[in-house]
Amino acid sequence: MSNIGTDGAPSRTPREDYRTPLKLARGLGSGKSGVSHWWTQRVTAVVLVVLVPWLVGLLVSLVGADLQSARLVIARPWNAIPLAAFVIAAFWHAKLGMQVVIEDYVHTRWIEITLQLLVIFACAIGALASLYALGHIAMLVATLTH
Amino acid sequence: MATRERPTSPHLQVYRWQITMTMSILHRVTGVAITVGAFVLAWWLVALAEGGDQYAHAAAIIASPLGKLLLFGFSLALVYHLLNGIRHLLWDMGWGFDIPETYRSGWTVVVLTVVFTAAIWFAALRGHA
Repeated sequence: MSNIGTDGAPSRTPREDYRTPLKLARGLGSGKSGVSHWWTQRVTAVVLVVLVPWLVGLLVSLVGADLQSARLVIARPWNAIPLAAFVIAAFWHAKLGMQVVIEDYVHTRWIEITLQLLVIFACAIGALASLYALGHIAMLVATLTH
Repeated sequence: MATRERPTSPHLQVYRWQITMTMSILHRVTGVAITVGAFVLAWWLVALAEGGDQYAHAAAIIASPLGKLLLFGFSLALVYHLLNGIRHLLWDMGWGFDIPETYRSGWTVVVLTVVFTAAIWFAALRGHA
């Protein structure tokens, strides 16, 4: 780190510049993504505070239901739409949380990067599969009732 | 400058137990657990879309003793993470930061987790026992 402060600026030798590395870095913002991780985690958390109790109630109401009646309930717009919102918020929130857990406990760089990629892919697939299934169920019920 | 070993932190084994440390760790543990739960929900939704044998297979796994045990674990972890998450959001708004309040809100979360999880399973198993 002997050339701190040279990004885009004329190169200086340390002798010409007595400012500390901290002084040079201050005011430039985060080297990564700032507060967006923290903020997105909170936004999805607020969504989930609303949707989780609703989802638990919905799932409890489906105990003992057969395939067709479960599909009919899930396909109702005011169940399918919040369910879609839940799935997006939940897998996004899960990705952000798992990311921090991995950052904190996995200290071998290549394993960490591999796990981060797996978490991103898995959460994306989980959300996409759920959304596809919701759409599919809605279509099945729509063709049944028309 | 003298070079010496920097202190490492935190040495959990030298701290007196406090509810806050356990709840913090449990927030992470339950978060990881319900991430798995989210994938189970996705799997169930796909099975519901597929219908037929796939759904029967999924329903049988969920209804099995191991399936019920896992669902119970997911529900407990979900209720805890939700309630403690609300506690975190209140802290983010600057509420409840002093030590007595933090302990009180912690025990409130523990008690409500037990109560709500019991209520969920009472409702779920009513008429199915």
